[in-house]
Amino acid sequence: MNQRHILIAVIGAALVALPFVYRDPYHLHILVLILIWSFAYTSWSVMGRFGLVSLGHGGFMGVGAYVTVLLWNHLGISPWLGIPIALVCAGALALVVAYPCFRFRITGHYFALVTLALSGIVLQVITATRDYTGGSLGYTPERTKGSHILALQFDDKVVWYLIALGVWAAGLLIWHWVDRSMSRYAMEAISEDEDAAAAAGVNVTFEKLRITVISALMTALAGALYGQYQMFISPDTVSGIAVSLQMVFAAVVGGIYVALGPTVGAIITILLAEILRIGFGTKAVGWDNLVYGVLLILFIIFLPKGILGSLLARLKSPTKH
Amino acid sequence: MLVVNGLVKRFGGFTAVNNVSFKVDQGEILGLIGPNGSGKSTIFNMLSGTFPPTAGSIQFEGRELAGLAPHRIINSGIGRTFQIPRPFKRLSIFENAALAGYYGQGSHNRAKAEEAAGRALAMVGLPTDRNALVDGLGAAGLKKLELAKALATGPKLLLADESLGGLDESEMDQAADMLRKIRDELGITIIWVEHIMGVLMRVVDRVMVLDHGEKISEGLPSQVAGDPRVIEVYLGTDAHSTQAAAAEQRR
Repeated sequence: MNQRHILIAVIGAALVALPFVYRDPYHLHILVLILIWSFAYTSWSVMGRFGLVSLGHGGFMGVGAYVTVLLWNHLGISPWLGIPIALVCAGALALVVAYPCFRFRITGHYFALVTLALSGIVLQVITATRDYTGGSLGYTPERTKGSHILALQFDDKVVWYLIALGVWAAGLLIWHWVDRSMSRYAMEAISEDEDAAAAAGVNVTFEKLRITVISALMTALAGALYGQYQMFISPDTVSGIAVSLQMVFAAVVGGIYVALGPTVGAIITILLAEILRIGFGTKAVGWDNLVYGVLLILFIIFLPKGILGSLLARLKSPTKH
Repeated sequence: MLVVNGLVKRFGGFTAVNNVSFKVDQGEILGLIGPNGSGKSTIFNMLSGTFPPTAGSIQFEGRELAGLAPHRIINSGIGRTFQIPRPFKRLSIFENAALAGYYGQGSHNRAKAEEAAGRALAMVGLPTDRNALVDGLGAAGLKKLELAKALATGPKLLLADESLGGLDESEMDQAADMLRKIRDELGITIIWVEHIMGVLMRVVDRVMVLDHGEKISEGLPSQVAGDPRVIEVYLGTDAHSTQAAAAEQRR
């Protein structure tokens, strides 16, 4: 156990030191993207690992990104206050959608369908209110004339790298904390048999709501950070069904039952998207989604624990998968 | 301790339980018997809050429970088992019981939960080792786990849905002795549901017989076994074994 702590400390120190040693802007940019998306995928898997398959997380991400930027552009509210407000909005949205689902026992495929609608609705609302949000053309936070810190706008990629690293690490901590809590027992029990879980005294609706809200808040934070970092958001990049599916894909590919699974998924999906973009240019727009779809099916059938999950399982007991 | 009055459950046009009233006294074991489909499990599901009654009241220690959410009922001191064991296979045996201890006692205290889990598992005779898997348990073991989960919730009243079918004769006897031990040693009041009368009659203090959702008889095992309406319902081998068991108890 102590060895493990030392290993984590060494890797953590190396990750913090990295941008001071290696400053290639393109590679740093890719790393920041990987960290932010890893955090988003980790957020999804916090609930997804218990069979709560949400296809609505694009919606939470969109709320996080758009509310933050809208408050800044229209009301001049600093993202330091805007992000918490955006998180409250995403949490409220999660409650409004999830409570009726859980109360009336909408589970499995039906839950996935309801959340799928959520993705679509958020996308439509952003597009329809184009006078405020820029619609499908996208939206840019106004450049600050004052303090960069107050506006959460930094030109230095190293700053963003460190912010993303911190948030990513916090995401892993939350994942770990859930994994160690009695809530995990309750959620595992609920995912197997809700009536039996209730007979053990578990407040089924409350436990499911709690994990959903945690997951939605984290996802909204990822959306807000993504918007602040890219300084450009569009409905297709931070909300909508494509983003939701991408989250499911990346988390499943990496492995939803291990803490670093979604991170591995983010590395794979972002590298795949970049390779397609560089290799095929505009001819390959949308190809990554096609590849995701095919791979997702293959993974669910042949490697349900994901790449990292299966690797770790194999390391533990070489004879079994 | 438990006073049930005018309990009714309708599913659409079908009346599963029709105007059933009964009382359970502190420290007794009440047997609830009746053929398949007579409404025993439906009564249990209403008592434990799996679904609300259509009409009627359920008073437990003076508190009205009808219509409360299941976890509230469990937290108020009622524990239940399911007829077909419903273990959580992704958790270890110990974790199954610890979960029930944590949420069922309502205190959300991990140390207390694990202590309760250890005690419950020891009581029913399952390994208290933290990593033993549910997969290794047979039919009798799964029933024990079901009981351990219910005990870990710290009940004052245990609803034991113990269809003993699937167990051999010595396992049935063990299960019956287990319920008696739980009452004698832990002071837990028990309602025991069963459709085979034999073993049950040996252990219970009082019996209530259901048929087609209605109470047709209630009383001491010896009285009930002699009731012509009960014999009519249980015509055949069951009636015979019931009388034999009642005779044995009288000796």
